[in-house]
Order: sequence, then structure tokens, then C-alpha cells
Amino acid sequence: RMLPSREENMAFTLYSLIQAAILCVNAVAVLHEERFLSKIGWGVDQSVGGFGDEPGVKVQLMNLVRSVRTVMRVPLIAVNAVCIVLLLLFG
Amino acid sequence: MRQIKGDLWPITSPQRTSKQQEPNMRLRSPVDGLQGSQLFEDTSGAAHGLHRGNQQAGPQAAGLSSQSILSDPMSNMALAYGSSLASQGREMVDKNLDRFIPISKMKYYFAVDTVYVGKKLGLLVFPYMHENWEVSYQKDTPVAPRFDVNAPDLYIPAMGFITYVLVAGLALGTQNRFSPELLGVQASSALVWLIMEVLAVLLSLYLVTVNTDLTTIDLLAFSGYKYVGMIVGVVAGLLFGRPAYYLALLWCCAAIFVFMIRTLRLKLLSEAAAEGRLVRGTRNQLRMYLTMSIAAAQPVFMYWLTYHLVR
Repeated sequence: RMLPSREENMAFTLYSLIQAAILCVNAVAVLHEERFLSKIGWGVDQSVGGFGDEPGVKVQLMNLVRSVRTVMRVPLIAVNAVCIVLLLLFG
Repeated sequence: MRQIKGDLWPITSPQRTSKQQEPNMRLRSPVDGLQGSQLFEDTSGAAHGLHRGNQQAGPQAAGLSSQSILSDPMSNMALAYGSSLASQGREMVDKNLDRFIPISKMKYYFAVDTVYVGKKLGLLVFPYMHENWEVSYQKDTPVAPRFDVNAPDLYIPAMGFITYVLVAGLALGTQNRFSPELLGVQASSALVWLIMEVLAVLLSLYLVTVNTDLTTIDLLAFSGYKYVGMIVGVVAGLLFGRPAYYLALLWCCAAIFVFMIRTLRLKLLSEAAAEGRLVRGTRNQLRMYLTMSIAAAQPVFMYWLTYHLVR
């Protein structure tokens, strides 16, 4: 997997993209609702803003975090288990 | 249940062999699909018939089975089973593939012709004279790219990507750094950057809540248009040296910047702002910043992906 750094500035492969995606989704999934997000004002109850036409960037971001955590909770268990096994076996 | 007369076949008299050739020929028709199942009366034949709508073979099979039962009922049944399995498999593949990659929608993006490709390439390199950037519609569906220069297509980005990989291999070859694996490395690297760019644009479009009819494939097409400029720059650099590369790249960067701004302005901004009037409000400002940053990211990528090719 090591490529000479002289050849390509950033030799990305699809595999590294998948790795980065898994790491990012894991990072979003570990944000705890009670202990962390509410403390910094990003909780679920604080996202019910005005019912106008513009939710705003922050509300959209909070909704995104909440939906990623809800949707990806179970698949992440499987994906992480597979990753751990593969990394243990093949390095 | 009819008795299988096929087991008499090795013991047939010579006069019967000529008669047997004919039914053998007739068995090559696709109608014998249900004959095997009728011989053994299994229900999978009925299920296959329901799925495939082979009812028309039913009455014919009844008529033919009287002469059919000869050489190799096993191969008949195997043929029937195999053909029905293959058609079922193809149906399933078509249905599932259509769920992930919308094939019918993709066909729209490849409906191009030579005139369109020529005009679009000219637009990508020299967009300053073009005046009407709106996509024309026909009863709520966008017109195919063949009839409208402004419609996005996927032919030019796909061809541009492949040509970019080949030109990159050529450029690396002139520097004596070529090896066949490098083609794959270049291709996957460019693809990864493309995917990341499309994902970033999608994310920012979601965050700013732009109500637009831009689909993901449209964004993919717009992000793929920069390969044309990259190819022009690298070829100029190969032919005439480094200053020519910088000049050509500068020209193409400016061209793609103007192209993207003029195309995205109509899709992302509201009506008033798209006509050039100054509109207040944070939302419009955010949209304007978004358009500018998408357009400005193109020259950055163009330089990033090509500077190591021309030394």
C-alpha cells in the first residue's frame, strides 16, 4: 500500500476513501446526545427553530448529525466488526 | 402420466431413426420449455410458467409431447430449467441494477451527437460570447442534450476522464516515470477526488437548503467538465514546454470559472439574483458564496491534478 511519495502528490485509492468514510461516520456516531451535544447547544430539543422558510446552517447540521446517528447505528456495528477482523487478519 | 418412450431409444429399429430426426429438430424450439415439466409433472414448471408467462407453450406442449418423448428427456429438462433460470436471473439483475444506477435516467445524459459535443467543447474553452444559458424544457422534462447546448451530459466528462488518464500516462512516460500500474493509480486518484468533490457539493447544497432541481448526476457532469481544460493544459505543456502549460491552464481555468458561474447562477440562485440585480438577505448571500466557491474549486483541482505531470 505504500507508494513512493515522489510519484504522486496524494495517491488516493478507493480503499483509502472507504477508510476515511468509515472513520468519519464513526466520529459522528460517537457524539453522545445527553452528555455532549446538549451541553454545547446542539441537542435535539434545541433544533426546533422557527417555522419559517429558512432553517439555517446550524439547524441543518444538527439534523444531519442526528439522522446520521440514528440511521448508521446498526450498520456501523457490522462494518466495524468486519473491519476489525480484516485488519487483524491482513494487517 | 404418460410413459416415457425415450428409454426405447437405444433399441429402436433402423426405420424409426429417420422419424426420430424430425422430432429432434422440432425440439430445438423454445416451446419445449414445459415439456420436461409435463413429463415429470413437477410444480416448478407451473411456477415458471406463471412467472414467465409461458402459457402459450402449454397447449403446444400437450400436442408435441406425444412425439417428443424420445432421446434425452434429461437434456430437455436441463435446457428448460437452464433457460428459465437464466431469464429469471436476468430479470432480477435488471431490477436490482435499476435500483442502484438508474439506467433510464443515464440514457438521457448520453443522448448526444457530434454537433452538440463540438459546441459544448467550444463553450468550455470560450464561454464569453454565449448569451443564453438557460436549459430549455419540454413539458416539464429537460430537453435531451442533443437539442440544447446548455443541458449537462455525461459523455464529455466520461471521455474526458479516460483521456486524462491516458494523457497522464503519456506525460509520465516522457519523464521516464511510467509503469502500467501508474495508470490505475492516476485513474483511481482522480476518481476519488471527483467523488469527494461531488460529496462536498452535495453536503453544502444540503446545508444551505437550496431548492434546486440539480440531481447528483448533474453535479457529476459539471464536475467532470474540468477534465477538458486539464487535457488542453497538459497537451500544451507536452508540446511546447512549461510556459505553454501555464498559459493554457490559466486560460482554461478562467474559462471554466466563468462557465460554472454562468451555469450555476441560473440553477442555484433565486430569480432576481440570477438576473444580476443585487438582492439583500443572508440566504442569497450564502447562495452566492456557494456558487463562487464551487466555481473557484474547479481551477484549484485542475492545477492540483496536473502540475506533477509537466516538469
